Amino acid sequence: MEALISLAVKAIFVENMALSFFLGMCTFLAVSKKISTAIGLGISVTIVQAITVPANNLLLTNLLKPGALAWAGFPDVDLTFLGLICYIGVIAAIVQILEMVLDKYFPPLYNALGIFLPLITVNCAILGGSLFMVERDYDFTEASVYGVASGLGWALAITAMAGVREKLKYSDIPDGLQGLGITFVTAGLMAMAFMSFSGVKL
Amino acid sequence: MAQTRRTLLIDPLVDNNPITLQVLGICSALAVTSSLKVSMVMAIAVTLVTAFSSMFISVLRNQIPGSIRIIVQMVIIASLVIVVDQVLKAYAYDISKTLSVFVGLIITNCIVMGRAEAFAMKNPPIESFIDGVGNGLGYGLILMLVGTVRELFGAGSLFGVTILQTVNNGGWYVPNGLLLLPPSAFFVIGLLIWGFRTWKPAQVEKREFRIQTVEAH
Repeated sequence: MEALISLAVKAIFVENMALSFFLGMCTFLAVSKKISTAIGLGISVTIVQAITVPANNLLLTNLLKPGALAWAGFPDVDLTFLGLICYIGVIAAIVQILEMVLDKYFPPLYNALGIFLPLITVNCAILGGSLFMVERDYDFTEASVYGVASGLGWALAITAMAGVREKLKYSDIPDGLQGLGITFVTAGLMAMAFMSFSGVKL
Repeated sequence: MAQTRRTLLIDPLVDNNPITLQVLGICSALAVTSSLKVSMVMAIAVTLVTAFSSMFISVLRNQIPGSIRIIVQMVIIASLVIVVDQVLKAYAYDISKTLSVFVGLIITNCIVMGRAEAFAMKNPPIESFIDGVGNGLGYGLILMLVGTVRELFGAGSLFGVTILQTVNNGGWYVPNGLLLLPPSAFFVIGLLIWGFRTWKPAQVEKREFRIQTVEAH
């Protein structure tokens, strides 16, 4: 249990998806102009991340790993090289299904989050989450916790960023640094702030 | 064709750079640039993937139904990335370890998707290929610039060869450790963008709010 909490804290703060691995940067910079949209996107990413990381974990352990196909009579088959294409397929499919389910059963939620869902398929934070899960050999429980926590971490970062940018637009910035430039510098300062979490252990 | 192939290749380098202007493919640009060698491998990988995926998608562009085009593009891109990943694992295992998940993340690198969607779906294969190479090189240019700054001033070397003798090795240069840490990439790219836009004022973004200037009488 303690290991799981520590894993979650680590994924949210110390190894923040956006600010220490720079995943999902494109959306992080493009959709962080307003707090309300940032929160919407953050929630969508958390939901998708919480579903796809465990789903890809199941896929990995039951189909792709060396020896995983023993139940089907192929104990020597190693399909890990197909990993990338499978993960992105699973992510695209889950995003699509989630979109349809939300549309049918939770229309208000769909109206709030709908525009972000297609963006999420190509959000590197989602694929990155699955790839880190593979690289670090998480089991199913760890993968579930990691999925939720890394999504939350990303949501936290983009919301904070949007908060800063809402204030920032009133400041007097040199012409060349306007817009994208100053956003990068701000993100850098935030990343430094998040670095101070490193070393925190539970 | 008025828009010559030459412009397709040259344009994305500065005038329409994928990173500084189109805001595409930033994730990997930040994460892999702490040393020049890794940046270069990443730049080459992305250029190859962008060029060939653009070409293949362009060849198939009249066969792909509009409603499932994203999935088709994804499959093409993912297959190319798997090839790159396997080649790197076989011939440059150390670099492949350093790049870790970022090779796989070329799939979701927005440059590849962006060029496929914006250019390759509407243009013939050869132009698409050149456009892919051009954008890959534009991306590579920024990556190499950032990589040079970070490795030279952060570790005092380029491609692992010592240029500035650091204090630890009995030299005179005190390396700036911050440049090896992730946040520095943000600053370096931010400043690069500043430089680019000062050089090409047409790229400057409009202010949302104008600061009122009060004249002193």
